[in-house]
Amino acid sequence: MAAGFWDYIVESMPSILEGLVYSVKLFFLVGIITLPLSMLVAVAAARGPKWFKGIYKVYSWLFQGSPLMLQLYLAYYGLPFFDVILPVDFVVITVFVLCFTAYQSEIFRGGIISTDIGQYEACQVLGMTKVQTMLRVVIPQTVRKVLPSTCSQAIVLFKDTSLVATIGVGDLLRSARALVIRDLRIDAFVVVLVIYLIISSILVAIFNKMEKKYSIYV
Amino acid sequence: MSQEVMIKLVDIDKSYGEVQVLKGVNLEVMRGQTISIIGPSGSGKSTLLRCINKLEAINSGYIEIEGITVASANCPDHPMASAAQVKSALGKTGMVFQSFNLFPHMTVMQNLIEAPVHVKKIPKAQAIEIAKEKLAEVGLSDKADAYPSKLSGGQKQRVAIARALAMSPDVILFDEPTSALDPELIGEVLDVIKGLAEQHMTMMVVTHEMGFAKEVSDRVIFMDNCNIVADRPPQEFFSDPDHPRIKAFLDKMLTKHG
Repeated sequence: MAAGFWDYIVESMPSILEGLVYSVKLFFLVGIITLPLSMLVAVAAARGPKWFKGIYKVYSWLFQGSPLMLQLYLAYYGLPFFDVILPVDFVVITVFVLCFTAYQSEIFRGGIISTDIGQYEACQVLGMTKVQTMLRVVIPQTVRKVLPSTCSQAIVLFKDTSLVATIGVGDLLRSARALVIRDLRIDAFVVVLVIYLIISSILVAIFNKMEKKYSIYV
Repeated sequence: MSQEVMIKLVDIDKSYGEVQVLKGVNLEVMRGQTISIIGPSGSGKSTLLRCINKLEAINSGYIEIEGITVASANCPDHPMASAAQVKSALGKTGMVFQSFNLFPHMTVMQNLIEAPVHVKKIPKAQAIEIAKEKLAEVGLSDKADAYPSKLSGGQKQRVAIARALAMSPDVILFDEPTSALDPELIGEVLDVIKGLAEQHMTMMVVTHEMGFAKEVSDRVIFMDNCNIVADRPPQEFFSDPDHPRIKAFLDKMLTKHG
């Protein structure tokens, strides 16, 4: 007779946790690279030279306009055709960063261009440099404006880490799927559902807290 | 009062594309003078002010601040000074905007010390002392820790004036400082500007407040059609408007404001 739900969960927890660790690691790595990179790209796209704006448009169109899963396939299965063999983790992280930077930089860019022209003029008449203007006046104001959309992106990113399962990397969802197929019972799916929901809730709570902190001056 | 020329504009032309905004404008501002600039909207008042501190680029002519050529176009005889000289000359001009342009994410105190600390590199403790002094001058000592969003329009503008003063400017340019304010808040801002006039701060004030222009300024400049039409002491200007366009403008302003 099959073990009861709780016994089964305890027994299969180690392999689920292994998948969870991979997902969380991927989430943080991609997040840590994507956030500053997106801000740099956004500043250049909003205030930078024309040629950069051109490249940015194409990049944005390419990565926002195609599914992340296809991007993973193309990189993972496509590069070897050109004799480019890269470690799978490197490919995964690079594709995720490129894809999420495309979304996040657009969010930051929106925040930057919505900053009132008067703020720039005030900085200019006070003698502040362009870098000071960005770092001390424009970007701090942008952060508050972009928090809600950034929160949504963070949740999407965590959920999308499950896409690595399609190229054979053992994330949270793939671990669960392996259990379901092996044992012919769906308990593991229920567990990862709960895990995804818990992590999303944690992310929302963190962002709510930040929003509160930043709305002090509104 | 000394007759030292503080700001000099020579043959200034400015246009936005096809639209001419300033045409052959000449003006000298002496140290310690308060100048009111009045005239119908679209006459180039604000643009004139914004050309002086280079928020707008001129198309022709040159501008000197304390003898340093900060802007020059089509004037080979008066080339621009070196970048460092221009920067230092522009650093002597402060500006107060119609829409305040305070930094909303900083407290009043942070707004006041931002540029002194990060541009002038004054030690923070010293910058705070200066800021406190300036806040007292505009009557807002109790608002140092408030964010701009918690202030009334009049208070915001007084903070903006204190922020300009904290940089110890030699001249302050006011671009319609009371136009965005509710009528009952205009007085408190004008009083602060009046206080500065009494200390002989050099000021150029673009304004629609005829009472202020009449009472406080040393000279009234009337602009119309891209140029200065009159430049006279206020008593003369208001008692004897010698130009039909000035007369028409004043009639309209005075009926509007009772």
